[in-house]
Amino acid sequence: MVDITPADAVPPAEVAEMELYHPHSWWTKYVFSQDAKVIAIQYSATATAIGMVALVLSWLMRLQLGFPGTFDFITPEAYYQFITMHGMIMVIYLLTALFLGGFGNYLIPLMVGARDMVFPYVNMLSYWIYLLAVLVLVSSFFAPGGPTGAGWTLYPPQAIMTGTPGGQDWGIILMLVSLILFIIGFTMGGLNYVVTVLQGRTRGMTLMRLPLTVWGIFTATVMALLAFPALFVACVMMLLDRALGTSFFMPAIVEMGEQLQHGGGSPILFQHLFWFFGHPEVYIVALPAFGIVSDLISTHARKNIFGYRMMVWAIVGIGALSFVVWAHHMYVSGMHPYFGFFFATTTLIIAVPTAIKVYNWVLTLWRGDIHLTIPMLFALAFIVTFVNGGLTGLFLGNVVVDVPLSDTMFVVAHFHMVMGVAPILVIFGAIYHWYPKVTGRMLNETLGRFHFWITFLGAYLIFFPMHYLGLMGVPRRYNELTDMTIMTESAHHLNSFISIMAFMVGFAQIVFLFNLIWSIRHGREAGGNPWRATTLEWQTPQTPPAHGNFGKDLPIVYRWAYDYSVPGAKEDFIPQNVPGSFAPSREPA
Amino acid sequence: MAVALVLVLIVVGSVLFHFLSPWWWTPIASNWDYIDNTIIITFWITGVVFAAVVLFMAYCVFRFRHREGNQAAYEPENRRLESWLTVVTAVGVTALLVPGLFVWSRFVNVPSDATEVEVVGQQWQWSFRLPGKDGKLGTSDTRDVNAENPLGVIATDANGQDDVVVEAADLHLPVGKPVKMLLRSIDVLHDFYVPEFRAKMDMIPGSVTYFWFTPTKTGTFQVLCAELCGQGHPMMHGVVMVDTQEDYLAWLGQQQTFAQLSAPQQMGSAE
Repeated sequence: MVDITPADAVPPAEVAEMELYHPHSWWTKYVFSQDAKVIAIQYSATATAIGMVALVLSWLMRLQLGFPGTFDFITPEAYYQFITMHGMIMVIYLLTALFLGGFGNYLIPLMVGARDMVFPYVNMLSYWIYLLAVLVLVSSFFAPGGPTGAGWTLYPPQAIMTGTPGGQDWGIILMLVSLILFIIGFTMGGLNYVVTVLQGRTRGMTLMRLPLTVWGIFTATVMALLAFPALFVACVMMLLDRALGTSFFMPAIVEMGEQLQHGGGSPILFQHLFWFFGHPEVYIVALPAFGIVSDLISTHARKNIFGYRMMVWAIVGIGALSFVVWAHHMYVSGMHPYFGFFFATTTLIIAVPTAIKVYNWVLTLWRGDIHLTIPMLFALAFIVTFVNGGLTGLFLGNVVVDVPLSDTMFVVAHFHMVMGVAPILVIFGAIYHWYPKVTGRMLNETLGRFHFWITFLGAYLIFFPMHYLGLMGVPRRYNELTDMTIMTESAHHLNSFISIMAFMVGFAQIVFLFNLIWSIRHGREAGGNPWRATTLEWQTPQTPPAHGNFGKDLPIVYRWAYDYSVPGAKEDFIPQNVPGSFAPSREPA
Repeated sequence: MAVALVLVLIVVGSVLFHFLSPWWWTPIASNWDYIDNTIIITFWITGVVFAAVVLFMAYCVFRFRHREGNQAAYEPENRRLESWLTVVTAVGVTALLVPGLFVWSRFVNVPSDATEVEVVGQQWQWSFRLPGKDGKLGTSDTRDVNAENPLGVIATDANGQDDVVVEAADLHLPVGKPVKMLLRSIDVLHDFYVPEFRAKMDMIPGSVTYFWFTPTKTGTFQVLCAELCGQGHPMMHGVVMVDTQEDYLAWLGQQQTFAQLSAPQQMGSAE
């Protein structure tokens, strides 16, 4: 394959290097740092901290669902606040922030061979605004009336009415303000990631030599920059409805016998805006996971990723298509039913590039030299859960099948499997993979395997059976399932089982956090390139990489990121910055 | 080795769970067995794909696990294989989509002999309205809702006078007759969902949405609200009783019309 294996010529440097900002004090080095690597760790630590809140909230929900009537403090109001905050934190403040702000910041400059992001100061601001958004979000737990309980989708009119916790108190206002701040902060970071990938690549790093991790994060960021504005305007409009009494989303309403001072607005307009953001958001989380897992599989199977160009085009194609499928979240919303024909078609079309990615991952394993390291285990677990969750998407995407299943536990099971469990398994794999670069030490292997098995099997046992509760007709967002004629006694037992599994999986995460902290000092020394990987971040002169990443001279790239097990080469990997003295194999087309 | 075994067990376990576990859909009580059939087709296609991918992975992990002296193959691309897989996937997806869209067109096109029944949701109860002898529902407006007129029927619309109003009570439907459910809300989003009927649709204040079905079994069915509508959401149950024609007519005869319900008010305003 001529195009993707090395071309020998490397273009000359076009511009001289810019001087980096050098910190002068402890504060500017570790706190108000402009180094993308420090910012990455700040993003990751904040996201993990708020993610722990979401984890505890999920336990509280499962206590109520698994053992109804046992815990008096979980009132209906509290339950709805828990599900709302759990969902919002996981999707936005954990997954989006960790993949883009965390992995994006750490890996983009290192992987493309840059000294830092293109706009380091704006990058720093991005983190601090994100932190502010998180603090505003957390403050709603302490505000009068508590956080909003409108569900993470925040559908009006109920989101801003008295029947919903926080609707006429502070909760919804703080939620909307926090989202607006998040989007401002994200935009600053996102522009940085995009410009750095487009303009900051080192000599020889053509777009088609980028590791798929960078392709995934890059495409996800472009999508986020296009999708988040829809959420931004929706938040601003709802804030106006709530605070100033406008009626963007509020029709004439009688609430508890009283006419409200609203009229003429459209609740369904909010849903369109929300999902115009919300569906690309699924892929904003998924594409970085796709990219990262491709690199994990390739590295740990010691084999080039199969079908690199197809993988790149699949990422780009999924990114583009994901903007025309949003209303598949709205099949039973009451929108014009003929939309169903269009959106079911686009939604099922997106299954094709997604399936191609799955094939290429498993075909990378074929005839590989599979090292069952912890990152590889997580990558395999990702494929299982992603395939499972992706396939149930074919139920929900196919409009008429969605009718009985929509708003049931089937949906909860589906989206947790596909955008909760699967991407988080990739995050774990990625942390086990890159932790040695960030800290210079390996994570503890025994704790890691314990963490892996409990998390993977536990999560599968939580969400696989849950689909069948939905098939039975059990609705989602019910804190009380006792009075339902469709639920058999055994279905209640199944709920208790799911709850117990959830506590076990949650416990394993505490072990993981302990491992993260313990290994900083006590982990085995890793060396610069413990996985014998090809990409540039493993070729830095220091580990952890110093400020400026690459020492005096930037690396020059001579080959793609996947020269593993090249026939005739001395070792089973050739780093990207090694000149092409080995004859690159040219497989017949 | 252990990993490959676990992968195989996941496939075997999932398939056994699917066929042997007691958790399955409720017996259907409407004409939408088309939807159930589409779900079955989808289970088969996706189940086969899931098993194939995971078993293939298990085989790879077993066969190509690292052993001393192994070397991976170097194979960047294989266009023929990639195109072949793309085509097979596209065929599979089409096999899901086509029956799905066919059933959807049935779902959205209401038969002309369907009777209209209105469902009105509010926090947190269900009310219903049936057309009177004229067979037509009168128009309505949320702004006309008050204690005497809980559904906001427009009093000046002659079609509405004989409408049967069932406030916060059970709905009865005759078995075997197609019915078009017209869905309204006067406060927030709700969703009229009876699991046995397989159909559901959101109710939006300010709009009228719909779905249709034909009840095929007599009996009592629980209505659930399927769209989060505030903290009373899980308590928003209702009842639909599907009756024989005679029972239905007997029930209908006991209901009050809009004109009857608003009569005292009209006398008052005449003074």
